[in-house]
Amino acid sequence: MSDEPAPTVLSVDEVSISFAGQGGPERPVVDRVSFDLHAGRVLALVGESGSGKSVTAMSVLGLLPGTATVSGSIRLDGGELIGADAARLRQVRGGQIGTIFQEPMNAFNPVYTIGWQIAEAIRSHDPRTARAEVEARVAELLSAAGIRDVARVRRAHPHELSGGQLQRAMIAMAICSNPVALIADEPTTALDVTVQAGILDLIRRLRDEHGTAVLLITHDMGVVADLADDVVVMRDGRVVERADAATLFARPQAAYTKALLAAVPTLDTLEAPAGRVAPRPAEDAEPAAEVRGACIVYGASGWGRRSLTAVEDVSFHIEAGCTLGLVGESGSGKSTVGRALAGLVPLRAGAVRIGGVDLTTVSARGLRAVRKRIGYVFQDPASSLNPRLTIGQAIAEPLRLHTDASAAGRRTRVDELLDAVRLDRDFAGRFQHELSGGQRQRVAIARAIALNPTLLIADEPTSALDVSVQASILELIRRLQDELGFACLFISHDLAVVQALVDDVVVMRRGRIVEAGPAEQVLTAPRQPYTQRLLAAAPVADPVQQRLRRDEWRALNTADDDVEIVT
Amino acid sequence: MTVANTVEGASVTARKTGFRHVVTSIRGDGWASAGIITIAVFILAAIFAPLLTAIPGQNPYTYHLGLLDDSGAPKGWGGGISATHWFGVEPLTGRDLFAIVVYGARTSLLVGVSATILSVLIGVLVGITTGFFGGWYDRVMSRVVDVMFGFPVLVFLIALTAIVPSSIPRPLFMIVVIGLFGWPAISRVVRGQVLSLRERNFVVASTAMGARPGHVLFTQVLPNVTATIIVYATIMVPSMIGFEAALSFLGVGVPPPTPSWGRTIGDAVGWVQTSPMYLVFPGLALLLITLAFNVFGDGLRDALDPKAVRR
Amino acid sequence: MRMLRFILFRLLGMVIVLLVVATVSYAIFYLLPTNPAQLSCGKPCTPENLQRAKEFMGTASPWWQQLWNFLTGIVAGRSFGSGDAAIVCSAPCFGYSFQQNASVTELILSRFPVTASIAGGAAVLWLITGVAGGVISALRRGSALDRGVMTVAIAGVSTPSYLVGLLAILLFGFTLQWLPTGGYVPLTEDPGQWFLHLILPWCTLAFISAAIYARLTRGQMIEVMGEDYIRTARAKGLREPRVVVTHGLRNALIPVVTIFGLDLGALLGGTVIAEKVFSMQGLGAMLIDAVHSLDLQLVVGFTLFAAFLIVFANFVVDLVYGFVDPRVKVGA
Repeated sequence: MSDEPAPTVLSVDEVSISFAGQGGPERPVVDRVSFDLHAGRVLALVGESGSGKSVTAMSVLGLLPGTATVSGSIRLDGGELIGADAARLRQVRGGQIGTIFQEPMNAFNPVYTIGWQIAEAIRSHDPRTARAEVEARVAELLSAAGIRDVARVRRAHPHELSGGQLQRAMIAMAICSNPVALIADEPTTALDVTVQAGILDLIRRLRDEHGTAVLLITHDMGVVADLADDVVVMRDGRVVERADAATLFARPQAAYTKALLAAVPTLDTLEAPAGRVAPRPAEDAEPAAEVRGACIVYGASGWGRRSLTAVEDVSFHIEAGCTLGLVGESGSGKSTVGRALAGLVPLRAGAVRIGGVDLTTVSARGLRAVRKRIGYVFQDPASSLNPRLTIGQAIAEPLRLHTDASAAGRRTRVDELLDAVRLDRDFAGRFQHELSGGQRQRVAIARAIALNPTLLIADEPTSALDVSVQASILELIRRLQDELGFACLFISHDLAVVQALVDDVVVMRRGRIVEAGPAEQVLTAPRQPYTQRLLAAAPVADPVQQRLRRDEWRALNTADDDVEIVT
Repeated sequence: MTVANTVEGASVTARKTGFRHVVTSIRGDGWASAGIITIAVFILAAIFAPLLTAIPGQNPYTYHLGLLDDSGAPKGWGGGISATHWFGVEPLTGRDLFAIVVYGARTSLLVGVSATILSVLIGVLVGITTGFFGGWYDRVMSRVVDVMFGFPVLVFLIALTAIVPSSIPRPLFMIVVIGLFGWPAISRVVRGQVLSLRERNFVVASTAMGARPGHVLFTQVLPNVTATIIVYATIMVPSMIGFEAALSFLGVGVPPPTPSWGRTIGDAVGWVQTSPMYLVFPGLALLLITLAFNVFGDGLRDALDPKAVRR
Repeated sequence: MRMLRFILFRLLGMVIVLLVVATVSYAIFYLLPTNPAQLSCGKPCTPENLQRAKEFMGTASPWWQQLWNFLTGIVAGRSFGSGDAAIVCSAPCFGYSFQQNASVTELILSRFPVTASIAGGAAVLWLITGVAGGVISALRRGSALDRGVMTVAIAGVSTPSYLVGLLAILLFGFTLQWLPTGGYVPLTEDPGQWFLHLILPWCTLAFISAAIYARLTRGQMIEVMGEDYIRTARAKGLREPRVVVTHGLRNALIPVVTIFGLDLGALLGGTVIAEKVFSMQGLGAMLIDAVHSLDLQLVVGFTLFAAFLIVFANFVVDLVYGFVDPRVKVGA
């Protein structure tokens, strides 16, 4: 590496942004933020939700809604971008600065083919290009972005492709005019971990081979450790700390940065995890939950509609008081298994037993009785609570369904439960839209344990929450399990989160079990190649360690991440 | 996923959608307030029609041939407006126009509101059950709705009047038939809402807790659909009123001598030049009530929609 | 290949629906009334007409045979009576008017151009003005222009078409004397007069529907312009007009297409009203007259024809929708 500092491509200077009608200039969403983007270097803009990182990035290209007021200076190649006229902005957008967004499925127009949309981008900056040249360039770009089946992808509509393919296509579209800078707004948040690794690798190649400056917006410290050269940490619209990546991770200065790094669940790969010591019950006791040879098929009705086998030949059991982590990427069938355990999905074959009762053969009344013993926590806290009911009513619902408690009795129990999840008792009278994500999830947990269940099914309970909130929710689940002794099925795609909590792990892929065993064994020394790839792909919040892991991942990576959707 | 979404602060301000909030919202919305007041006026006028018309001492049936000239047109300005005939008189018969308009409100509101109630009852029932239970029942009903949707309703109604025996009172017949053609629209909207609600986690959670389908429907799904139903019903009333008026206009609606705005307007076609007020008064009444319901319905929808931009 | 399956499926659906509609119509109009022949006869009912009606109804045969004759008649035509007095009703036979001594099909065809002129022109006018108004309102959301257009729109939605028509006649026909007050002039006779006579009916019908479509398009445009792919289009460096039209409008119009299909039934109804207001002798006027003179054959025949027209039009709209939105599962 040369000692000369790389040339500054983009310079953001004392930029403040406020929105009309939301506090006005007295409460700016972004407050005097400054940073510089250098050629051939990745700058990560890190923060949790509400930090203003996305707004800052969008202001560079003038993509904010009309109600925004931007002050300060953003200079590209010497030219000022704030207040620039429409023609100049159009030239910059796509021409000098390319952009990729978070949800690739929504970022493409659903009615046009991918090839058409990329060609449109090419032509917008070079209108006189001949048709044949444009077609050739589209193919070249897609191929450079790592797409294998170029002919099929260019002819396809967005809903026919997977998230990974779409993100690669979007990158291809963003670099079509050889921009000097690339803005990547949470580019991998919506993707599976193995797909994510490939996309990050692609961005890295752009930086190394073309000298593209990259502004990476993310909340994932693992991604930052993997990709970033420089880091700027934002909180509530202000810059809290800035440093190069190595320094930031090794010696964080600001309290907030330290707290952020501490909250990230780490994957201990070298030592055995300091997990819980689970109480192992007697050998012949009935497991709290058991799945035997389960097979679940969707859409198997008539009219020649094709059916989808979501789960095939899955078997495992959970002892009382223990936690089983069910791990997999999207499409693995883990959520479906969770629903089957709650009796929400019928089985094509096999059996599901809760405390000895077989859900596939039990009567309707028997099913209702069994459900008393199951608690379910969903991924999205916003949709798991009825917006028209108060918190108290929501928590009391299992009590109303299964007990004869009077209104006063229910209220007492609701208060007890709110205490147990560390929420103020007066929350009982509020509605769900008045609570934050973390608070809603606590309410959901309170509802799930209302009847002292023997089994708690938690389906990605922390995936939709900020990192700092995640840790507290996990701690809550762990504490409640110690106090109440329920068995727990913990479904997640995040191995680090799983490791902190579970005794045993089951890894699923495309409906089948790939590997199963105690957590220490599966998560530190996996035997199956898929599990090894999964572990290797998960980025760790430590740049030094991450570089080693990256090499490991490359060595393992032979599979395609162009997973195709069954259409 | 727009940038505006990420700007939300950590504290989420409460957005009440309770009854009190609706009332405040409507009161703050000038148009909607005017709408509900107008509706109230019309309803009161219809209920107290005999009292109202007793003030000038008129009724809609008595002929006043002395007030007409030789061609049958009313004498005097504005179609015969005077202290005793506030809206003037009808050509050819001399009947008091004010009384006709006031009593006509009864017909319009009776048919309009009753038909709406019938449509809403059937539509909500079908919509909720098809959306929630699905299966072949849903598929069959969807096809039925599709067919009924595209049907030329007016044409069919006109044709039906040809064969209906006169023993059945015409307003009842109109209510039943108009109502029967209105339910597909509501059922489709309700079904759509129920379909999306069915997948929401709080509904799934309720089932996972062991609630029976009926309980889930009533406690979880229905409260989230009522807002839509109310708004839709409010907006449906003016369509139903319009239907009755259109049928009467064409001469196949409520038979004389029962007053009907539509029929009066239909009769006014031939008098547009000589006695335009004959058209204007019932026309204005019809326009006002329809506008009032539409505007009030819009305001109601804005008040009940949690995503609406607050003004 | 998938498109072929899609078309075949829809075609099959259409045929089934038509069958059901025909059977139900038959049941309502011919089986329910106590003396269908008497009703079919019309007013005044001469003995010959009554006899012919009886033969047509075939009231001696069991009801399923009557139904069968009725249905096959629609497809292949039928004849009734015997010998020299036999009357032939060629395919498609929707019925035979004994009063006017002509098959329903003939009568419909004779009046079709009038109704088609009114309906066609109005539909084109309302689509263009409605969509344009909605787009402008959406793009200038919250401005005085937006509020103005929406106010006019809500007034339009609330006003019955005949009222608008009558007021228009009053203003433009009698007071200002710019346009004729009624009547129809065939296109083949005098294109200029044909156009002049149709301006008021077109504007009247279009005013109400344009209002509905303006509100609808506005709502759709507002929603679509907030989508992620619009932001991507801008980030690509496209000109704003292209973003609005090629990316925005193209998606916003998809539901408008389906609604237009559903509105065809309402269009027919509106035309019936317009014909009365503007004194045009089209199919609507024919229907009203038939009801008053109790010519049941004509009434039923026309209703059936109208239903068929709507079902077919919806089929076409379904096809168009399949083309316009690639996400629609072709063949499902």
